[in-house]
Amino acid sequence: MNFFDMLVFGIYPYIVSVIFFCGCLLRYDRNQYTWKAGSSQMLTSKNFRIGSNLFHIGIIMIFAGHFAGLVIPYEVWDWLGISLPAKQLIAMGVGGFFGVLCFIGMTILVYRRLFNPRVRASSSTMDTTILLLIYIQLILGIASIFVSTGHMDGHEMKNLMSWSRYLLTFRPAEAIEFIGEVHWIYRAHVFWGVTLFALFPFSRLVHIWSVPVKYVNRNYQVVRQK
Amino acid sequence: MKVRAQIGMVLNLDKCIGCHTCSVTCKNVWTSREGMEYAWFNNVETKPGIGYPKEWENQDKWNGGWVRSKSGKLSPKQGGKVRILANIFANPDLPEIDDYYEPFDFDYQHLHRAGESKHQPIARPRSLISGQRMEKIHWGPNWEEILGTEFSKRRKDKNFDQIQADIYGQFEKTFMMYLPRLCEHCLNPACVASCPSGAIYKREEDGIVLIDQDKCRGWRMCVSGCPYKKIYYNWKSGKSEKCIFCYPRIEAGQPTVCSETCVGRIRYLGVMLYDADKIAEAASVPNDKDLYQAQCDIFLDPFNPRVIEAAKKEGIPQNWLDAAQQSPVYKMAMEWKVALPLHPEYRTLPMVWYVPPLSPIQTAAEAGNVGMDGVIPDLKSLRIPIKYLANLLTAGEEQPVIRALERMLAMRSFKRSQQVDGVVDTEVLNQVGLEDWQVEEMYRYMALANYEDRFVIPTSHTAYAENAYDMKSGCGFSFGDGCSSGGGVDLFGGKGQGVRQVIPVDMKE
Repeated sequence: MNFFDMLVFGIYPYIVSVIFFCGCLLRYDRNQYTWKAGSSQMLTSKNFRIGSNLFHIGIIMIFAGHFAGLVIPYEVWDWLGISLPAKQLIAMGVGGFFGVLCFIGMTILVYRRLFNPRVRASSSTMDTTILLLIYIQLILGIASIFVSTGHMDGHEMKNLMSWSRYLLTFRPAEAIEFIGEVHWIYRAHVFWGVTLFALFPFSRLVHIWSVPVKYVNRNYQVVRQK
Repeated sequence: MKVRAQIGMVLNLDKCIGCHTCSVTCKNVWTSREGMEYAWFNNVETKPGIGYPKEWENQDKWNGGWVRSKSGKLSPKQGGKVRILANIFANPDLPEIDDYYEPFDFDYQHLHRAGESKHQPIARPRSLISGQRMEKIHWGPNWEEILGTEFSKRRKDKNFDQIQADIYGQFEKTFMMYLPRLCEHCLNPACVASCPSGAIYKREEDGIVLIDQDKCRGWRMCVSGCPYKKIYYNWKSGKSEKCIFCYPRIEAGQPTVCSETCVGRIRYLGVMLYDADKIAEAASVPNDKDLYQAQCDIFLDPFNPRVIEAAKKEGIPQNWLDAAQQSPVYKMAMEWKVALPLHPEYRTLPMVWYVPPLSPIQTAAEAGNVGMDGVIPDLKSLRIPIKYLANLLTAGEEQPVIRALERMLAMRSFKRSQQVDGVVDTEVLNQVGLEDWQVEEMYRYMALANYEDRFVIPTSHTAYAENAYDMKSGCGFSFGDGCSSGGGVDLFGGKGQGVRQVIPVDMKE
């Protein structure tokens, strides 16, 4: 057993998930005034609509794709009749398409955040950091598609799926067996992704929890007592 | 019948001198903070003009308020729930800060520190957002002060619809009036309906519309939903804020700061009883011009025993019912019909009403230059076109505006003959359908405007009060960081709200 792998891919994800869940709960309970989307649209809306929409649509689809790949057991895909190579092809195609959409959107947003004087001055360190970290993660993810073309049989993907399956079922020792062999770019992408969850409760990402689904069934008017 | 009570406001524009005291005192109390420098819960605009933010009345541009579908259902003009959610990543109807103005301060220190030079040192403006030098200030909450811009720009004023406006660009024909604006605390608020988080709510006991700062997630749909553009996005805290009708003062029976400090004594506060069951029906009458009457119809007579009984059943306390009977707002809006709502065509059923202003006429009328309609000068000779006031206050329906102005003229005429000539002239009153005791009361409320007549505010009843025992050892008001004073490092990225982080500017000599 590789100690480095154990630390980074076996133990670190659990520490991060504690930070993630406890941090979010604590912030929601103790400091809800800071719980917000943090939009800077009103400071300057130039290119914002295209940038923000592309980014959000892209990243939501990518997130859904990762959920499908890493959390849904592969027996389900077998049952649905989607073979491993076919699944990898779908992942590369759909992921690549939305990855590019997201990349275009993010490039606009990153440029705006760094070089628009108003947006830059009103950004907190975390606002800028989290944006750049997601940007790097997105670039790593898109880059991994090119690596994937080298092995279209889907065994690398199966390794990663197995890693997350064993990790999610609290068997880290087995989990890391699957991630030792994969290409470094996947390993970097996984590490970076896990790290994003650690920063999640301390950044504006918490607004993801607040997707206003209840609005659809709510009455238009809200009347409350004091 | 579901009786509810609301503290409403009336502004007597006939007496507004445009001194901005309301705006300044409001700003000092509520919005003198980083992130809210640009926001004025109360501002005074000179009309005609496009206002602040630019062209706020033009709902073809901003899509605020409600629209009625052919089937008679109302939905926010910016879109129904699904469309609002679809626009959540980027709101296409959101005003930019430049539509309000980029907040600025002046380099006052330069005046102290400048060395000896050939020219006098000046304090130049710089942005309070980016800290950068601003070469020119382009807009503000009273930019068109006393017709301070070219007519071609003011011409875009939406209230000029159906008016041959171009002649009002001529110097001899020009006219102006002041319009102090604040949140309307509507009965059918579009901001509440647009809020995906459900953070905005109308208080049941006094009708004040508030944003729960903890629940607000900064989706900024309320900003575009409000047709009066009286919700402001705090760019520092990432939450929306709005006029709170000085609720801590109202609860204690005190008038709002803007009303209290009004030097012209133009503001009135009082209880209105209304039938909450009829709101939807009143807001969705087919014809825009009927909206004023529809709103009048849902107000309830506080002297009617059936209303009193129903109100008591709803738990409205006796001191509120007493206040409703003394309400100056009820008298002006319902008894004398001199107060009118602002832009009822937005279908929000606003609760801040306005007495239309008279404009120079009588001297000219007495000189024989304008027609007289009995004793009252012909209102067509007023400097401010009736149609303009009607577009502002009654969705273009002129009759209510004419009635209000005629009654005010009749009051003047009656009091003038009474006080100067010693004659009781009831003929003029018959012409406008008022009794002499009513005119005396109008005179007392509108001309003398004593403090205790202007503000009839019942204190918040104990039945409504929070259980004080639960609040023991609480922190009082805080910016959401528990009991900490706001100093030090915040783990969750909260920014100190009380401090102004001045971005230093390089002064190049």
